[in-house]
Amino acid sequence: MINTAYFLSMLISGLKLGSIYAIVAIGYSIVYGILRLINFAHGDIMTIGVYVILMLMNSAGMPIFVSLIVSVGFSIVVGLLIERLAYRPLRDATEETTLISSLAVSALLQNLLQMIFSAQRQPFLLPKWLTAAHRIGIVNLSTINIITFIVTPVFLIILHYILKKTKIGTAMRACSENLTAARLMGVNVNRVVMTAFAIGSGLAVVAGLLLAGEYKTVYPSLGFVPGLKAFCAAVIGGIGSLGGAVTGAFIIGVAEMLFAGLMPTTMTAYRDAFVFLLMVVVLLFRPNGLFGGSEAARS
Amino acid sequence: MKKNRITDSNLIRLVIFVIVPLAVLCSCAAKPKSYFTGIVITIGIYIVLAASLNLINGFSGMFSMGHAAFMAIGAYISAFFTLAPQVKENMCPGLPDWLISLQIPLLPGLIIGGAAASLIALIVGFPVVRTKGHYLSVVTLALIVVVRAVIDNQGDITHGSRGLTGLPARSTILTVYIAVVVTMFVLYRVTHSDYGRGLIAMRDDPVAAQTLGINLVRKKISCFAISAFFAGIGGGLWGHYLTTISASNFYFSKSFDIVEMSIIGGMFSLSGAIPGAMFYTIIPEFLAPLESGFSLGSLKLPTMFGLSNIIMAVLLILLIIFRGQGIMGNSEIILDTWFSKDTYLAPFRKEEYQRLAALIRRRSS
Repeated sequence: MINTAYFLSMLISGLKLGSIYAIVAIGYSIVYGILRLINFAHGDIMTIGVYVILMLMNSAGMPIFVSLIVSVGFSIVVGLLIERLAYRPLRDATEETTLISSLAVSALLQNLLQMIFSAQRQPFLLPKWLTAAHRIGIVNLSTINIITFIVTPVFLIILHYILKKTKIGTAMRACSENLTAARLMGVNVNRVVMTAFAIGSGLAVVAGLLLAGEYKTVYPSLGFVPGLKAFCAAVIGGIGSLGGAVTGAFIIGVAEMLFAGLMPTTMTAYRDAFVFLLMVVVLLFRPNGLFGGSEAARS
Repeated sequence: MKKNRITDSNLIRLVIFVIVPLAVLCSCAAKPKSYFTGIVITIGIYIVLAASLNLINGFSGMFSMGHAAFMAIGAYISAFFTLAPQVKENMCPGLPDWLISLQIPLLPGLIIGGAAASLIALIVGFPVVRTKGHYLSVVTLALIVVVRAVIDNQGDITHGSRGLTGLPARSTILTVYIAVVVTMFVLYRVTHSDYGRGLIAMRDDPVAAQTLGINLVRKKISCFAISAFFAGIGGGLWGHYLTTISASNFYFSKSFDIVEMSIIGGMFSLSGAIPGAMFYTIIPEFLAPLESGFSLGSLKLPTMFGLSNIIMAVLLILLIIFRGQGIMGNSEIILDTWFSKDTYLAPFRKEEYQRLAALIRRRSS
């Protein structure tokens, strides 16, 4: 029989994974909402962030939080550069064209990382005090897990505030409602898009740190598959909807961990396939995701 | 006023698109082991794959990225039929006995592989075509993940992630380019039939097409299945060229490669698959030496693995920014030349020579 403690620890791992996916999925969702662009390079920005943190910690000996902040800044610059060079010239092109552009950027970033840092896996160890385990009730949690659970809601609240209360947030919502109309109303679309990319890239690095801490290694294609899964999460929730992305992320995270933990071992290898199938099934019954509005209502 | 192009002459077309390629193929066939022949075979396989992808992505209005899944199915199924019985006993004991003892030539094996891929496409087609736009692309990506998971985990049939080895190396210049011509001919006839015109109508305006009596679901699924058939054949050829296959050969990156070729060549044209595949195969061959380090004057550059991929990615981005419709755009000039009898009769017609002379005179004046 499955005992309660095991089930609970699996559930908590699922929630933890879900938090990480949520942070990434938000970035996907904001950008997709505005530009109708699946930014495949999003996961690779995450990887870049992790490499920068690793470099700053190992070579410059910086404390982890300082290097995180520097890395977030660096990744925002990378994200904006990508937008400026590879996506903005294609603003009026078809959806497929921008999709290919983002694939090319993704390949470019992965190969760039491979060229600079080699394709070898490198150990990524968090400081001891972050991985120390605490016993809460009947489950074990490390400091970094507790931080994950605190950080995710905080980010969500801040983001919710930005989107609902600030001027740029209103502009962002207007753009995802109708880009042309927003532009006609005097919204500076380029600024909105840049903000979206900056927020997405910054959040991706935070997620990257949590993910690499979990895997304990870093390699050039680290972010690609988690990025795809986060995209699945955004799709399940209804892409363009912030709450949807977060819900989708938690659904995927928990479902993935429970699948891996509770199914017989012969089935656990199908973990990734399970996540993608889950998305397909959701799309079959809700073609715009769980919380997505009707696509036909948009122009 | 119509611009006079030198390629308006059937004689010139015959030379550029038929005689020169044939000469290259003959010279390759004479040296089957050479490095250059390998490149030409690869190009041929990619032409089959990219052209079949163009049928979905360019003509039906769907945008699939799951070609690698159908390639994998085609490669594995055809391998089950062409592998020697004693090899299968070792690697795939889970296969039924009649299949283990059976060994057939490559060509029927390919057709069975293609049919299997087509069957899977029919089955998954129903859920896939319910989704639209980007969602469809992502669902087809999911297909790749599922196919890979199945191949990796059905160890007693597929030999798991270690893959199959010892496939007979039968993807020669002759077989591959017969496949190219047959694929191109079938796809060309399909796109020029009333079925194909229905596809294009559906791509340009689904609602209008539906009011004209086109059954969108049937059209989408059948188009998906036709494309998967040739993807399966391409995958089978690829497997019998590599002779060693595993699921990792047919993952995201392979699918993206095919999509990129199709975009480079121009996805609205079947002919686009030809320059697309050539570009995508030949350019990296020139770039590969750069990776092992080179000296530029007094500047000595170190080895840089991945450099050629980086340059390819930059080239691709530049191409889609400055020529979004791909190299060929909407032109079907290559296939029009291949499959028109005017091309082959041109050397026997007097007026063709007169037209050519007139063209040259007008250009030089």
